[in-house]
Amino acid sequence: MLTRRQALLGTAAGAMLVAAMPPLAAASVADTRNLPREKVTLVAPPHVHAHEQVATGGPKVVEFTLVIEEKPIVIDADGTVLHAMTYNGTVPGPLMVVHQNDYVELTLINPETNTLAHNIDFHAATGALGGGELTMVNPGEQVKLRFKATRTGTFVYHCAPGGAMIPWHVVSGMSGAIMVLPRDGLKDEAGRQLHYDRIYYVGENDFYMPRDEDGNFKAYESAGDAYADTLEVMRGLTPTHVVFNGARDALTGDNALKANVGETVLIVHSQANRDSRPHLIGGHGDHVWEQGKFDNPPAKDLETWFIRGGSAGAALYTFLQPGVYAYVNHNLIEAVELGATAHFLVEGEWDDDLMTQIAPPAPIMAN
Amino acid sequence: MKTKLFEVAGGALALLAVPAAIVLTDAPADAGRAAMPAPAATVTLPAGSVSWPAAGEYLVGGRPVAAPRIKVTLRQPLEIMAYQVGATDYLRCVADGACRPLDPRTPRAAGMPVTGVSYDDATAYAAWYSRGTGESWRLPTDAEWAYAAGERFGGETSVEADDPGNPAVAWLRRYREEAALRRAPDPAPKPAGHFGPNANGIYDMAGNVWEWTSTCYGRTVLSADRSKVESVVDNCGAHAVEGRHRTYMTNFIRDGASGGCAVGTPPDNLGFRLVREPRPLLSLQGLRGWLRSAQARLAGPDARTLS
Repeated sequence: MLTRRQALLGTAAGAMLVAAMPPLAAASVADTRNLPREKVTLVAPPHVHAHEQVATGGPKVVEFTLVIEEKPIVIDADGTVLHAMTYNGTVPGPLMVVHQNDYVELTLINPETNTLAHNIDFHAATGALGGGELTMVNPGEQVKLRFKATRTGTFVYHCAPGGAMIPWHVVSGMSGAIMVLPRDGLKDEAGRQLHYDRIYYVGENDFYMPRDEDGNFKAYESAGDAYADTLEVMRGLTPTHVVFNGARDALTGDNALKANVGETVLIVHSQANRDSRPHLIGGHGDHVWEQGKFDNPPAKDLETWFIRGGSAGAALYTFLQPGVYAYVNHNLIEAVELGATAHFLVEGEWDDDLMTQIAPPAPIMAN
Repeated sequence: MKTKLFEVAGGALALLAVPAAIVLTDAPADAGRAAMPAPAATVTLPAGSVSWPAAGEYLVGGRPVAAPRIKVTLRQPLEIMAYQVGATDYLRCVADGACRPLDPRTPRAAGMPVTGVSYDDATAYAAWYSRGTGESWRLPTDAEWAYAAGERFGGETSVEADDPGNPAVAWLRRYREEAALRRAPDPAPKPAGHFGPNANGIYDMAGNVWEWTSTCYGRTVLSADRSKVESVVDNCGAHAVEGRHRTYMTNFIRDGASGGCAVGTPPDNLGFRLVREPRPLLSLQGLRGWLRSAQARLAGPDARTLS
């Protein structure tokens, strides 16, 4: 009797056989041996680990560790449970920040407590399916990968363990992003220096939760038990949840994003699977790298920007008015009904010149 | 001009205590229809007065201000259901063809309060229940609900501008207050009695099922010293909903949590309880008495009056 776990592991093992491991090039090890090394402790989104915007010194090796954790997470106020697959326990996985021509050295750990094989595909990396071929780890294994961050920009990373496992792992939460900054920092369309006072990473996820005959979301013992039903919903291409930071209202209320009038905020927005269209209600995108790639001049003064499924973009905005801002996917059905809404709480002085209520609501005057 | 507006407003304020859904039929129950629910357990509160922040939005000088505390006198005892209307009771109305079916996801076991019901559903039930019992049942006014809720009355977060030059200060404060109210969501409806009685012996008020009232949402403009009403615009397409805090919902909304909220923090669930009129028919004289008894006055620390 083949258990579901064995079957799932078998699928992954099959994928690994196809992916014959090429030997690591010995020469490149020598290239990085004398480079300075930096060990970064990643932080949970929407926050981002401390980093330089303009690099001091030359390229270095930046060490990251991601521990894969399969765990149930609650994705809405009704208590709907997703058997999530996560990097470092969060959906999305943490944002990594390096500079161009740094080397990313990732230790990927799949603890024995997990049940599935996983890997990681960096859209920022070149070759081997983004590293996916070289990073497949079964429960109880770890692997170390190094890649050179040759291109600047914001890039998605995600699990891609082969075949039908790929979309399933991704819509189970297994994606994140990396930002490769130009060594001399961000520039506007004329090459002038840009700077941010705060950075937030908003990872957007689409979930496909099966329902019972009454329309309630079903609960399952494990990810494997949910697989067949979830696949049915996935094939309909209609998500039941579209959320920021892993759950409906994860970035509202007590967890709303903060800023002050006059501060410039960089919002990195990733969507590993499906198109999105971020919009800051009452604000704008001053400089937006819609495709996320900093070698292209930023678009200016955008109202809404487009994040292609499988990419991450970056928007820079200086807040000019205090108040409560909603940051939404401006398919408003997805924003309001499915959950893709975050809030910014912005403190500071109100500018009457920018906006004022001339006449408050009152009965309509007869002419 | 001001006087004329005041008369309009005074009438609107008086309506705060006037039933909006009185059923004036005295037709007996049709014996061939589905069985009526067992007689509802009720609590009768003595006549008295309640001073509470009136429902609706208030403006002074064009700026939102806290709702004035209004004193409403109930001249008659208030007989109100001790429990919210139950799911099985509502289903009898559905079986009778007088109420809309519940959403399949709505809990319907015996002993559960009915949830997932709109203002329209609640008033349809009240009409059916009144027909069946030969009595007159209706939703409570917001003032009556506050009177019955006693120590459990929650009110709402204040929209009053903390800094007249910066409206965002109040927006941000209110956002944080509303976030605090929602900190521990527990939306699954609980069996009747779960949240216990209040000091008046009325069960489950301010639990996780909010209750429809017959009070319309409205915007009232007050004079600069807040002693006079300058204008009132009522929007009876939305009604006050009472619970842990007050909010306003559009009449046809059944699921408070997932949207359709006119103003304020969405409630977990929408249900209702009814009050019983002392007599099924109100004589003209009785109606005049009602209106007199419902004379609303501004009260509270400032002790201003409208007249």
